[in-house]
Amino acid sequence: MRVITVAGPPSVGKTSLIVKTAKTLREAGQKLAVVKFDCLSTDDDLLYRRAGVPVAAGLAGSVCPDHYFVSNIDDCLQWAEGLGADLLIAESAGLCNRCSPHVQGALAVCVVDNLSGVHTPKKIGPMLKMADVVAITKGDIVSQAEREVFAHNVWRANPQAQIVAFNGLTGQGSGELAFHMRGAPDLDTLEGRRLRFPMPSAICSYCIGETCIGENHQRGNVRKMRFPEAAA
Amino acid sequence: MSAHPLSLRLDEAQRLNPAFAALIGPTPKPDLSLAEWLATLGSDDLDRLKFSRVELEAHLRALVMQADSLRAPVVGVHSLRILGGRDKNGRAEQLDLELRPGAIVSVVGPTGSGKSRLLGDIECLAQGDTPSGRRILIDGEIPEPARRWAASGKLVAQLSQNMNFVVDLTVGDFVEMHAECRAIDDPEQAAAQVIACANELAGEKFSATTSLTQLSGGQSRALMIADVALLSSSPIVLIDEIENAGINRRQALDLLVASDKIVLISTHDPILALYAHRRIVIAAGAVSEVIETTEAERAHLATLERYDRLMSELREQLRHGARLDALPSFGI
Repeated sequence: MRVITVAGPPSVGKTSLIVKTAKTLREAGQKLAVVKFDCLSTDDDLLYRRAGVPVAAGLAGSVCPDHYFVSNIDDCLQWAEGLGADLLIAESAGLCNRCSPHVQGALAVCVVDNLSGVHTPKKIGPMLKMADVVAITKGDIVSQAEREVFAHNVWRANPQAQIVAFNGLTGQGSGELAFHMRGAPDLDTLEGRRLRFPMPSAICSYCIGETCIGENHQRGNVRKMRFPEAAA
Repeated sequence: MSAHPLSLRLDEAQRLNPAFAALIGPTPKPDLSLAEWLATLGSDDLDRLKFSRVELEAHLRALVMQADSLRAPVVGVHSLRILGGRDKNGRAEQLDLELRPGAIVSVVGPTGSGKSRLLGDIECLAQGDTPSGRRILIDGEIPEPARRWAASGKLVAQLSQNMNFVVDLTVGDFVEMHAECRAIDDPEQAAAQVIACANELAGEKFSATTSLTQLSGGQSRALMIADVALLSSSPIVLIDEIENAGINRRQALDLLVASDKIVLISTHDPILALYAHRRIVIAAGAVSEVIETTEAERAHLATLERYDRLMSELREQLRHGARLDALPSFGI
């Protein structure tokens, strides 16, 4: 089983990218299963079902979505194994830019879009920096110059990544992405494998349900801001 | 250098690849090696850089290794060969077309006939794996899969009516940023050249301090073309419908050809179609004919350009509130 994590900020076109690539993979005789991780709600499982891709949706609810992901990913692999899939894609929205779902030994794909501005690649953090493949979407509506600057900034943030230009409407780029996915390592289990980047050093009172603002309510691992000195 | 990439001094590294400057920041000890610098970092520094020590080391190595390719000259393409696939009904497409730098080819055909598919096949260097079944050879060879994918993004620049500038910067700052990506020695001068060139193509002038997002449609298109001609590394340019762009189209194509690009332009505009050296006719998803532009057609082109000037003259007059009691003759 080849396992692929696909992560990226909301609305960059992760689902379109996976649906279009699934078609290319299917034509090459590969069977794909998808797990969609989200926080509160998702309708994307319908999009996958409509495209004939077996899908399971996981909603983190009140739990940190990245913790939820890591607690469930090996079960996802066993589920996909049971379906007889060749590839499992775990799609998750990178919600705070702090964490990343990328796992050592699984192909890590980060999706970003050209509309988010040329400085975005350096703001995204480990989700992009730790990726093997960075897919850049929405290139069909920005200038060639912006595409080149954006790709260059992705390269600066992660010089080891393969950069793929992807058009989520036409599926242009799916051949290339499918090529990278089929080259992912073959795994039986994710047990014992490690995340490429550790989760934040929590726990504070707000992690366990505190909602009230104020010094008296801040316990555990609390970090305070430093402010610039007021001019004299 | 590549044998011991981390023995590079910080100041050398920063000159080699601008990405080091952003990563390392101002340092009081530019003569430290990268390895020594890495050893000085505490967990707070690593936290700020969002790397673990092992990952940062791999990142530094990759920056050194790939810095050379940043300065490497543009990948040259001596020829682009398009081999036929099949039409929408599965019938074989009779096509073996070779294009060389400096060539302008127009792509004509009814809406929905498959002009964009042809441009798409070239963009991804198709190898029989797109709906058309076409194959694209570079310098007479089938690119290896790894090379194909590494090259496809860099070989082809694209321009279309649907593309806009979206970044919130001034023209000058952004074009300089693009020049810096290409590791051009004097980005400021390169930017001034691109802007001057764009102003020649566009009717209305703009300056380096104009905001990109405030450019008119014509100014944007002119800047995109000047930028592709002078700053883009891609040897192949695909143009999709720029006829209504409000720019000097002929001058724009001359500029691209002068920079030794292979230009393919999908168009419904007779002037652009005839200005090309050859035109590819597409019907039902396949190339039905490749026509060399004849001398007679070139002669007609001069007449068509006079019509075109007449139309734009009339457009200007009506725009400024003129009444059109009699048509000007303009020697037609």
